[in-house]
Amino acid sequence: MLAGLSFTLAPGQALILRGPNGIGKTTLLRTIAGLQPPVSGFVEGGEDMIAYAGHSDGIKPTLTVTENLNFWASVFGTKTIELALSAFDLEPLQDRPAGVLSAGQKRRLGLSRMLVTGRPIWVLDEPTVSLDVKSVQMFATAVRAHLAQGGSALIATHIDLGLDSEVLELGPFKAKAPALDNFDGAFL
Amino acid sequence: MRDLRLALRAGGGFGLGLAFFLIMTVMVPLSVGPQPDLLASIAPGVLWLGALLACLLSLDRLLALDWEDGSLDLLATAPLPLESTVTIKALAHWITTGLPLVLAAPVLGVLLNLPLAGFKWVVISLLLGTPALSVIGTFGAALTVGLKRGGLLMSLLVMPLYMPTLIFGAEVARRGAIGMDVQTPLLMLAGISAASIALLPFASAAVLRINLR
Repeated sequence: MLAGLSFTLAPGQALILRGPNGIGKTTLLRTIAGLQPPVSGFVEGGEDMIAYAGHSDGIKPTLTVTENLNFWASVFGTKTIELALSAFDLEPLQDRPAGVLSAGQKRRLGLSRMLVTGRPIWVLDEPTVSLDVKSVQMFATAVRAHLAQGGSALIATHIDLGLDSEVLELGPFKAKAPALDNFDGAFL
Repeated sequence: MRDLRLALRAGGGFGLGLAFFLIMTVMVPLSVGPQPDLLASIAPGVLWLGALLACLLSLDRLLALDWEDGSLDLLATAPLPLESTVTIKALAHWITTGLPLVLAAPVLGVLLNLPLAGFKWVVISLLLGTPALSVIGTFGAALTVGLKRGGLLMSLLVMPLYMPTLIFGAEVARRGAIGMDVQTPLLMLAGISAASIALLPFASAAVLRINLR
């Protein structure tokens, strides 16, 4: 979908990806996160450093907010979830089942998961969908704090987060020819 | 890892399989009619078939729920290897579905006029066989996870893989019930279980990786 694209992400740096719908932002981010292999080219840096958040939040509706976060904290081997709860103002909600939260609250829970992963590179796909202005500020603050600690972030978004970061326009990198030249014929 | 099991237990309606098993074994004597001898001879087979179908019924939700809410993507990028994730999933499925079936089987055996000697072997064969059903089922669920109506396709894919387990499992129970030597089918059943537990998690993780693309 995209061709000739190349960039590096330094510690403490955030990169905003922009581009029209369907250009391949999600595909690019999923490739970087290691969920699908690139048709050509490579990703340097290692999947172990990346925390990925996609369109859906990965929340179990029957578990409470705390249980959801605790689960991810134990999967990633980190201890504390208090920081994540306070960063996204989830303390008043912490004993509620995640299923009864509003879309924006679920999103906040999904984003707070990034804090419990303890991984340096955040790969975020449209993180601000269904967030209100205040929550977007909360999110921007969390990203800034993460960058200040030497982490980095790769964010696909359409809105201005107020971050001091570079913007990469994906439009010019749209692949000209269909990218199926080396499609494995054995599958046909 | 413990939490994953917890999450699964809270996440699915796993009582369904047990309810199905119960309904089926209660219905069989009613449909076959009042023939105690006939019932006694088909009881081991009916119990095994019921357990297998109940297992099949609950496979649908095994990975589909995690796929829908996106946690499968996140688990795939987590530090836990996908192989151990699917193993835990299968284990959780066995605990929530297989184990209750094993425990319910002797109770339902009474309804089917199962011979006294058979109870022990029905439980032993189910205890040995249901882990294989869970692991094979997880493989089937992994194969069809991205599909909209994957349930039908999964049943068709899993059915032939379930055959050997069913044949040897039911054979152990049948031979046990009529007092014959059970060693050969018992060893075969244990072998099937051991082999599928050892090998299939790798296959499941591999197809899951392909399906997540």
